[in-house]
Amino acid sequence: MRKSIRLRRTAAAVALMAVVALAALGLAACGGDETSAESGPPASDTTDTIVGAGASFPYPLYSKWGSEYAGLTDVKLNYQSIGSGGGISAITAKTVDFGASDSPLEPTELEDAGLVQWPQCVGGVVMIVNLEGIESNELRLTGELIAKIYNGDITDWGDPAIAAVNKGVKIPSGKISVVHRSDSSGTTWIFTSYLAAAAGDVWTLGGEKEIAWPTGVGGKGNEGVAASVQQLKGSIGYVEYAYAEEAGLATTQVQNADGEWVKPSLETFTQAAAQADWAGAEDFYVVLVNQPGATTWPITGASFILTQKEQADAGRAQTMLKFFDWAFTQGGAAAEELNYVPLPESVYTLIESEWEKSITAAGGPVWPL
Amino acid sequence: MSTVELDMQRQTGPRRGAAEAAPRRGHRFGDPVFRVLTLVCGLLVTIAMFTLAGVLIYDSWPAIRELGFSFLTTVSWSPSSGSYGALSALAGTALTTIVAMVIAVPLAFVIALLLTELVPPSVARVIGTAVEMLAAIPSIIFGMWGLYVLVPFMQGTVVPAVTGSWLGDLPLIRPGATFQGGGFSILTAGLVLAVMVLPFITAFTRDVLLMVPRVTKEAGYGMGSTTWEVLRRISLRYALSGVVGAAFIGLGRALGETMAVAYLVGGEFLNVPSSLFDPGTTVASLIALQFGEAMTELDISALIAMGLVLFAITMVFQVLAQMWLKRAQRTAGGRA
Repeated sequence: MRKSIRLRRTAAAVALMAVVALAALGLAACGGDETSAESGPPASDTTDTIVGAGASFPYPLYSKWGSEYAGLTDVKLNYQSIGSGGGISAITAKTVDFGASDSPLEPTELEDAGLVQWPQCVGGVVMIVNLEGIESNELRLTGELIAKIYNGDITDWGDPAIAAVNKGVKIPSGKISVVHRSDSSGTTWIFTSYLAAAAGDVWTLGGEKEIAWPTGVGGKGNEGVAASVQQLKGSIGYVEYAYAEEAGLATTQVQNADGEWVKPSLETFTQAAAQADWAGAEDFYVVLVNQPGATTWPITGASFILTQKEQADAGRAQTMLKFFDWAFTQGGAAAEELNYVPLPESVYTLIESEWEKSITAAGGPVWPL
Repeated sequence: MSTVELDMQRQTGPRRGAAEAAPRRGHRFGDPVFRVLTLVCGLLVTIAMFTLAGVLIYDSWPAIRELGFSFLTTVSWSPSSGSYGALSALAGTALTTIVAMVIAVPLAFVIALLLTELVPPSVARVIGTAVEMLAAIPSIIFGMWGLYVLVPFMQGTVVPAVTGSWLGDLPLIRPGATFQGGGFSILTAGLVLAVMVLPFITAFTRDVLLMVPRVTKEAGYGMGSTTWEVLRRISLRYALSGVVGAAFIGLGRALGETMAVAYLVGGEFLNVPSSLFDPGTTVASLIALQFGEAMTELDISALIAMGLVLFAITMVFQVLAQMWLKRAQRTAGGRA
């Protein structure tokens, strides 16, 4: 008797679960039909939400812009920071309104995928060190020194090559603990592109998102690298500027392309964005590292937005471009607060004229409004 | 959640028996409907699994065609230099899992014995709940704990002490060529994994020990056995296969753990670690670390092939676990 009651109760529970599962399945199936019938992004069927996905490097900025913009208009931004690779796949498959990538695509790649790209913001990558008695921006490093440290040629802080550019600085000698990223990332791409540009004959591993590092230990994400450098005496690492600021880590000066010693700051990052030859570059394909100029920070990168040249829905496209236009013209303060550099007006005027030329819906241009 | 699962597991045996013997009265529709519903549910799971395997094979086909068997025998993973090798990750997975098991299994067994045999039920409930709470902590929290607490502790205290002593010359402990201070290492990742799998193994072992017939134990005590003798000669003998099954459950989890390991293992994709203090990587964490920025078809396909390898390994261990569980049920089958 007792057994059969328990059995019945179990049966009821299982049946209930099954019903719920079936219902969920049914809903999923309906949802599936809906999205396959509609060619636009599935996350929303109104023009009130802009859907983007991609790079994690600009994520804090895009989400801040999104929430500010939502307060001013009724348009929401839904940005998924799933990595540049995912962002490019998503925009190629047209499942989002825009993708974001930390490295620009080559003009031929853009052509193949029917995409247009432009830089949306600029950020700096800085060197961080953990050395007893060394203050922030006290230590000086050249591109060649950084390359030699990261490829294992220089292994001790007492190396004469380091002392040669740091006269008067008391560097405690000891083993250098090299910290790099263990995940593939746009930050690594910017950093190694810089090494390739500034120390080409010493750095032979190229500018890549992941590198066959000859030495060092890998931290996951900027936070992982910052945490390791904070904890390990004698360590050196590279992170986005915001992470160094936040963790109060000692940054270093770096010698730029003009041979000047510069400290990382928004001003020196801005110089890099201003010096770049955006007008002369096809599809804004510019690698921002090692730009000329006396006060230019050399390890700087732009984060790019990608979207379809041929938009399915003119209204949606305009909503999206209006948002990016707002970000260019009004979003500067928010960017600087988060240690990103807004693009100078000369650059975003160029970008908006590119929108006019390249982005169409149903054969006609969608910009200007 | 773990408790629910385990409860179900524990009760399937007797209930299934009861279902067959249950008197059918009045349920004209109930039984057929119930049968169809359960059948559909069962099929869904099976279909999902086969589809998953199919998709994994399909999507990893470009990599398999391109790389062939060398995928499994090449050591280093470095897409930028055209090298797709699973061996360093496989070695790291094996080593971290072994470390986790060596620590977690004996510890879980002792805790389970404590809970079932040595402390009053009221105390056991408190400790048992605490252990089960560990299972509810998201793995990213373990990763952060490892990053901010365990890594500096290992690098600052444990590793210098061990490598400085006579232990430092033993194989697997003597720092290898890729040694970087020992904070981010196979050992650190393994330690965190041990804490993560501990609640699963403990809960399961406890349940197995609870299945030991009370009568038999009481007979043991009645014959004048000490607690130790009853534990060793009766409880352990009844529970042994179940304990092995519990270890397999933990093993499956340790093999696939991603986030915590990704933060702690050091991301060394090029070399097989030659020491527990060397950095390394695991199959699951390599996929997580590389997937976000994987661009080319071959990159993605090779990562999916890694997923296929992990799927195959997990399946082998699951099958082994099922076989052990069946044995465990047979061994303890005579119970009331």
